[in-house]
Amino acid sequence: MPSITYRKALNDALAEELERDENVVIIGEEVAEYNGAYKVTEGLHARFGDKRVVDAPISEAGFIGMGIGASMLGVRPVMELMFWSFAYVAFDQIINNAASVRYMAGGTINCPIVIRGPANGGTNVGATHSHTPENFIANTPGLKVVCPATAYDAKGLMKTAIRDNDPVYVMENTLLYGQKWEVPEEEYTIPLGVADIKKEGSDITLIAHGRAVITSLEAARILEEEDGIKAEVVDLRSIRPLDEAAIVKSIQKTNRAVIVEENKPFCGVGAQIASLLQYQAFDYLDAPIERVSAIDAPQIYAKPLEDFQIPDASRVVAAARRIL
Amino acid sequence: MTYRSFSFVLNVFLNLSAYTVTTAKSTNKKKTVARKKTGKASSGPDINASLSPEEKRELYRTMVRIRRFEERSLKSYTQEGKIGGFLHLYIGQESVAVGSVSLMEENDHVITAYRDHGHALAVGMTMKECMAELYGRATGCSKGKGGSMHFFAPDKRYWGGHGIVGGQTPLGAGLAYALKYKGLKGCCLCYLGDGAVNQGAYHESLNLAALWNLPVVYIIENNHYSMGTSQKRSSAGAPLAKRAEGYDMDWEVVDGSHIYNVRKACDVAMKRAREESRPSILEIQTYRYRGHSVADANDKKYRTKEEIQKYMNERDPINVFKQTLLEEKVLTEEDADQISKEARDEANESADFANESPYLDKEEILTDVYWESDNDRDEIQKGRIFFNDDF
Repeated sequence: MPSITYRKALNDALAEELERDENVVIIGEEVAEYNGAYKVTEGLHARFGDKRVVDAPISEAGFIGMGIGASMLGVRPVMELMFWSFAYVAFDQIINNAASVRYMAGGTINCPIVIRGPANGGTNVGATHSHTPENFIANTPGLKVVCPATAYDAKGLMKTAIRDNDPVYVMENTLLYGQKWEVPEEEYTIPLGVADIKKEGSDITLIAHGRAVITSLEAARILEEEDGIKAEVVDLRSIRPLDEAAIVKSIQKTNRAVIVEENKPFCGVGAQIASLLQYQAFDYLDAPIERVSAIDAPQIYAKPLEDFQIPDASRVVAAARRIL
Repeated sequence: MTYRSFSFVLNVFLNLSAYTVTTAKSTNKKKTVARKKTGKASSGPDINASLSPEEKRELYRTMVRIRRFEERSLKSYTQEGKIGGFLHLYIGQESVAVGSVSLMEENDHVITAYRDHGHALAVGMTMKECMAELYGRATGCSKGKGGSMHFFAPDKRYWGGHGIVGGQTPLGAGLAYALKYKGLKGCCLCYLGDGAVNQGAYHESLNLAALWNLPVVYIIENNHYSMGTSQKRSSAGAPLAKRAEGYDMDWEVVDGSHIYNVRKACDVAMKRAREESRPSILEIQTYRYRGHSVADANDKKYRTKEEIQKYMNERDPINVFKQTLLEEKVLTEEDADQISKEARDEANESADFANESPYLDKEEILTDVYWESDNDRDEIQKGRIFFNDDF
């Protein structure tokens, strides 16, 4: 099986879906002639032309709203946000219009739009460019949120997102774009709402999404080497829909949970999962649930401090040791 | 009669002579922009000349139906307590929706803001489904899930009904984008109020529409007040449509008191959209007699009773059109009375219908949220998508 980057996996997914469905159109800042600010759309404009891959002016509210309107008439826009941090200038479109239009129309309208782009800190760019909005996007009924952690997942989830008839928001990670994973050459898709056990274990469960999955895998390796502890790593892959059954099943086996996310803690995804576990797995828990999140301040610029602000393996290991 | 009073009234609000000077100046600078004088009918063939007497009476009837519907909904709200929330009435603006929608062809689409009842009736939605929506009932156009600000009828190419000021303007560009993408010859009529022209999303939409040659017609229904703030206190520069020049778009200011003016200007802009795939801005001067919403203090706060009365007396679009039809001998006073009575009866019936209609069952709160959960979800996706433990 060939090993390709997370970036290439996304690129392949976009190309395959452009090829498959003539209604798929990619729109965003610098996606066409510039080949993508992070090269995710590299080569697509040359291959598919002006109609299918479109450079937008810097007008997130305008072009995302336009995509929502076009989707109501059956176009399937895949909108790139150069950073999810820029979503906030388009929030009315992203939250009010995309999420609510079907409901307010009594189910007579579909909004098959994908909005994708990186949503991560850790890149030494300060507070405005380092947001991770999966928690409050997922708070909005009508929207779906996907946070792939590997190239394999990125490709399979992206293809599903594009085929989905509801708005699906895909949150990628610039720190993962250049990393490689094995990805099969034959076509595949991954359904939303299905978690993946990235590593099996029996002593404690590390629950994560996005790059925090990679951090958790490293933490699991350390726990095994230094403590002889077998940690299970559950990758949520999609936040909404959420694979609650997989989470509960793992806790029933290990009886201990550490929830890891690169988001800030208050009302984060971890809070939702902690609520789930106390409700559905109360009798299986042998220790309090631990949460590891970004340090609760705006993202700091200074590199060494930001590296500490975002959870690393040592913080996950420390949290695990507190409840073992 | 209307035209004489029109210039006086507009001067009160808008200082018209200043506009003419400004537009004339820009004529020398930009050749690509069409410049039309305010208040004058569009050049080109008169689209109204080909209207049959029956078509004229139908335009009149639709305007009257909108007014009677709005009056009945006001009664349901204030006297009967049957409607809650916000209720933004279209009374006084009927010529705009009826005139523009009357020119729609098979690939033309409509999207508007929250003062959306008039457009809904103009595209052919029934009073019953609209009134029932105001009452929040299952028989409403959106089954009671949308409310006054959120009427929808995609089968009639009517895409809402949008509650956030200016929020529909990118969607309008998107409907036009989809038409162009699919190679269909049509246009999108995207309405907004005069308050929406200061929203960023609107300006982003104008740029996209002009940059990408989208067949959209932005229709500013200028009733001169964004809620309680007059145009003079909210918007720099005038006329509002002139901002189109910054985006190299065609624009025109139209006296909306006569439906013929509305139709004439819309015909030009809609043909430009369909045939040249070029966007336009039409600023249609109109007036609302009621408050921004029913709950608004109106003449107790930000304008005088005399001002409202003056519009009612001199520029009411229904009266103005009625006078024309009487002069054209297309309509008699008896016809007009009959049309009004039928519209009132229809509105009363719609209120009775709404009142007798049930609400949705509570379980229906969770339908129409996702296409997926409404369509045999087990075969498509997995995972939990709704998160109440007690429902």
